[in-house]
Amino acid sequence: MNSKQKEVLLGPILNNNPIALQILGICSALAVTTKMETALVMSIAVTLVTACSNAAVASIRLQIPSSIRIIVQMTIIASLVILVDQFLKAFAFGISKQLSVFVGLIITNCIVMGRAEGFAMKNEPGISFLDGIGNGLGYSAILMLVAFFRELFGSGSLFGVQLLKLSRDGGWYDANGLMLLPPSAFFIIGFAIWILRTLKTEQVEEA
Amino acid sequence: MSRDSIGFTFLVSAALCVGCSILVSGAAVGLRDRQDLNKENERKKNILSVAGLIQPGEGAKNVMQIYEERVKGIIVDLNTGKVVTDDKELFPNPSEYDQKAAIDNPKMSMEIKSIDDLAGIKRRENYSWVYLINDENGKLTQYVLPVRGKGLWSTMWGFIALETNLNTVAGLTFYEQGETPGLGGEVDNPKWKAQWKGKEVYNKEFEPEIEVIKGSVNPESANAIHEVDGLSGATITSRGVTHLLDFWLGNLGFRPYLEQVREQGEK
Repeated sequence: MNSKQKEVLLGPILNNNPIALQILGICSALAVTTKMETALVMSIAVTLVTACSNAAVASIRLQIPSSIRIIVQMTIIASLVILVDQFLKAFAFGISKQLSVFVGLIITNCIVMGRAEGFAMKNEPGISFLDGIGNGLGYSAILMLVAFFRELFGSGSLFGVQLLKLSRDGGWYDANGLMLLPPSAFFIIGFAIWILRTLKTEQVEEA
Repeated sequence: MSRDSIGFTFLVSAALCVGCSILVSGAAVGLRDRQDLNKENERKKNILSVAGLIQPGEGAKNVMQIYEERVKGIIVDLNTGKVVTDDKELFPNPSEYDQKAAIDNPKMSMEIKSIDDLAGIKRRENYSWVYLINDENGKLTQYVLPVRGKGLWSTMWGFIALETNLNTVAGLTFYEQGETPGLGGEVDNPKWKAQWKGKEVYNKEFEPEIEVIKGSVNPESANAIHEVDGLSGATITSRGVTHLLDFWLGNLGFRPYLEQVREQGEK
């Protein structure tokens, strides 16, 4: 793997994170992160959709008339999202019920569209696919981080395994209700951005 | 033809539409059987779990088998209380009756006046499934009734299981709800649901009397048998549960049917 491929694949995890630096895809980062399990499935779904839509858009990028390019990208993304949704309903019914409408809302996830327009329209399918995977991983990293804190402190468990015994079940840990509500994700993402920009000062925006 | 000409633009969009539709409809058709099976399985699982016949996490094969052996679905006319499963005119193929679809079908449902609409559901279907649960020897042990009603954010869909005296609760479950996680969402908490077992939903006059109260039930109070602990931090969801049970156990709900069963017994 050459250095450009590496940069495209791994860059979005810390250096150019779609959520933390570009502040894209916040909506679903709030909605599906009360549990690690749903966050993981959502991460995989978004990564797959971004990678495949990038590859598809890149492979027909020379044919797409510029006047309808956004609609073309949207159609490709929407079709892929429906595919993912159908597969989840068929093979992971329990999880698809929990993710409910948010799988469908991947269509409106700015990361997918942003990568199609910003990267895939100008690059070869192969590298675009990697870019999609990379950005999906960057999204996943933040999602899993947020879900880790929210599930641990909100429900005392990780991946559904009870680690802290809750006081309502006779244990010692008083569950933090805020962690189960969407605003808590804002706080966690905020802290993540703070830490990231303290370590990587080049990400700090000029005031 | 240049890439930005009108003709080429039409060509590209047409080709794209055809390609994408084939992909999407192919997946939808190819996976439909599996998805329907999942939904069916889910419904059976919920019925079995409210009747206490399975534990969460039971495999699909077991669910199908236990359901076949122990559960019998009948269709009840909610207005008259009569069992209409065998009415060939109404239901030529009873097993295909889709209760959820009937709610929005004007011929199969009725509007509820807002004064009667305790559960906040606006329309009620005329016919409802009732599931009869048998023990291993084929003796009837429970009646499972589908119920639904508004909580704070969402319509909560569930089942209540009554014992053969048609009064004692054998179980209550909500299989679909969108209440606040950690607060109202606790209607799905097994610990909370467990305290329903043994409660009585009707008073001596056979009027619905069951309440999710604020705080904890005082076991000494005369009404304790009709009361269930409230969900803390979820007043409106708790009230929603009370109201939806009042509705579905009342005259617009299953009361006419239950009254007939009481008088004549289940045939």
